[in-house]
Amino acid sequence: MELVCPAGSLPALKTAIDNGANAVYFGFRDSTNARQFAGLNFNDKRAAEGIEYAHLRGARVFCAINTYPQPDGWEHWKGAVDRAANLSVDAIILADMGLLDYAANRYPDIPRHLSVQGSATSYEALSFYKDNFDIRRAVLPRVLSLDQVRGVAKHSPVELEVFAFGSLCIMAEGRCYLSSYLTDESPNTRGACSPAKAVRWQETPRGLESRLNDVLIDRYGQGESAGYPTLCKGRFEVEGSVYHAIEEPVSLNTLDLLPELQELGISAVKIEGRQRSPAYIADVARTWRQALDSVERTPGMFTVENDWRSTLSGLSEGGLTTLGAYHRKWK
Amino acid sequence: MMKLSLGPILWFWSKQTVFDFYAKAAEWPVDTIYLGEAVCSRRRELKPDDWFDLARDLKACGKEVVLSTQTLIESEADLRRLRRICDQNEFLIEANDQSAVQVAIRHHIPFITGPSMNIYNVATLKVLAKQGLKGWNLPVELGKDTLEQLINGLKQEGLELPAEVFAWGFLPLAWSSRCFTARHYNLPKDNCEFRCLEHPDGMELRSRESQELFRLNGISTLSGSRYDLMRELPAMDRMGVGTVRLSPEHQGMEEVVRRFDQVRRGGVPATDPLQLVEAPPCNGYWYGKPGMDLVAD
Repeated sequence: MELVCPAGSLPALKTAIDNGANAVYFGFRDSTNARQFAGLNFNDKRAAEGIEYAHLRGARVFCAINTYPQPDGWEHWKGAVDRAANLSVDAIILADMGLLDYAANRYPDIPRHLSVQGSATSYEALSFYKDNFDIRRAVLPRVLSLDQVRGVAKHSPVELEVFAFGSLCIMAEGRCYLSSYLTDESPNTRGACSPAKAVRWQETPRGLESRLNDVLIDRYGQGESAGYPTLCKGRFEVEGSVYHAIEEPVSLNTLDLLPELQELGISAVKIEGRQRSPAYIADVARTWRQALDSVERTPGMFTVENDWRSTLSGLSEGGLTTLGAYHRKWK
Repeated sequence: MMKLSLGPILWFWSKQTVFDFYAKAAEWPVDTIYLGEAVCSRRRELKPDDWFDLARDLKACGKEVVLSTQTLIESEADLRRLRRICDQNEFLIEANDQSAVQVAIRHHIPFITGPSMNIYNVATLKVLAKQGLKGWNLPVELGKDTLEQLINGLKQEGLELPAEVFAWGFLPLAWSSRCFTARHYNLPKDNCEFRCLEHPDGMELRSRESQELFRLNGISTLSGSRYDLMRELPAMDRMGVGTVRLSPEHQGMEEVVRRFDQVRRGGVPATDPLQLVEAPPCNGYWYGKPGMDLVAD
């Protein structure tokens, strides 16, 4: 299984490769990718430098162009595909059917990966993307249980990549419009969820409040640690009770599932987090490299080592991890 | 004249409630009715044959009937139900994800894409048109400027693909593998006791300042405010929108339909549609603003 790591910057890219990533993924410095953050991502010069660094070390580089262009942005998004092609990336990660069609016709020799934002949750959906755009690989949404992943993998016409570690989207990716409902930006339109420009922190007599476009997402009492106000991870009131009505702030961690994922023939595990620091990437990549090497060597004897677990817990939201939807009880 | 449609019922209602609703809807001035379970695989008050019978009855009453498919397809059982819906040649289907598109293509059934299909540009519509697309819904987060560009782009391509716009009701905004209703009751999803039946308009999720944000409805999350584009109908008509979609609610729907019908015929209703379920109105998405916003005329 290939270890695919996020590269939000050139230092992060280099760190990921130095610590054992087989491939890294990056986006351009605009809203053509699903991690549009100030100060992150690549211009063409930095991207070329990163690609050279990776290729000299036998690692591959994927370019994510995984937001959805509207008519007035079409030329710009198409231009991003052209730029990726000119940079000789090893694959382009796409979600939009129009752009997939463009890339398949214009650059048939550059492999196309279906982004998680393409929302393919069944082998029928994967067959649609394979038949129409000849995709080589698809990233599965984080909504499937392990049994469901097994069903998809059994009949999949393409390679599969699954999320291994990082922030947990609990909604089917690519079809979640919650962020644009509260703010004017969503992952699909602008590559942003709960965008930083709409966030406001406020100390009040009732506690520290986090707001998104003025909507109260959470309020923290003394001693509670505050997290970024991703809107689905706030505390809300439903029928008189206040709780994390949608999801707690936790991270996905699938270390325990590695032997099963290998047995299912999954091609790659993906680390989320282009917004993370190089130091974070180093720790996560190193830990997963060790785990993957261990499961390759002795698949039947794999156990999760304590220091891997503690490293990853320390890097997780709220210090907590979950198997998420892979574990049916979570649902 | 623009058509009026009733979208699929997004809530979980008892079998009798569903039958009663459509018995009345057969008499309303709607042109198209979408039938079927689009949200949760566990909602099986109506079996596939019940839906087919209902579809034939409504067709006999002069309605165009479209069979809706489940939005989030996760299991082999979901795929079996999907194939069952496509294993016929009487009705169009509403494809709500690429699985449905693929199965429709294989069965040579023409299809319409629902609002959860990501149609953001003309190139996407061209791909689907080659595969049997007969109409498409604008994704709910897109507004009038993008819609107009899409309609004009289709004209330039010489493609006849009527657009449908979700114009009234709680907006379907997200789907999850987790059931938020079961979570509220501390029940496992697989043993949810079908508690959604107790919430025919979903469960309100409010901020701790009592602002209505969302409606929880099983595995789906809808807007907390009710989208209402009634006053935009003349603009939609000028733009060339084909169909205006109203999303079923269990009370007051007839009044809503009649007022939209009046407006599409050029009339001006004295008041807005009745708000029988208390919820603030919104129309932000239409104007390129946050969806929850209400932009005044």
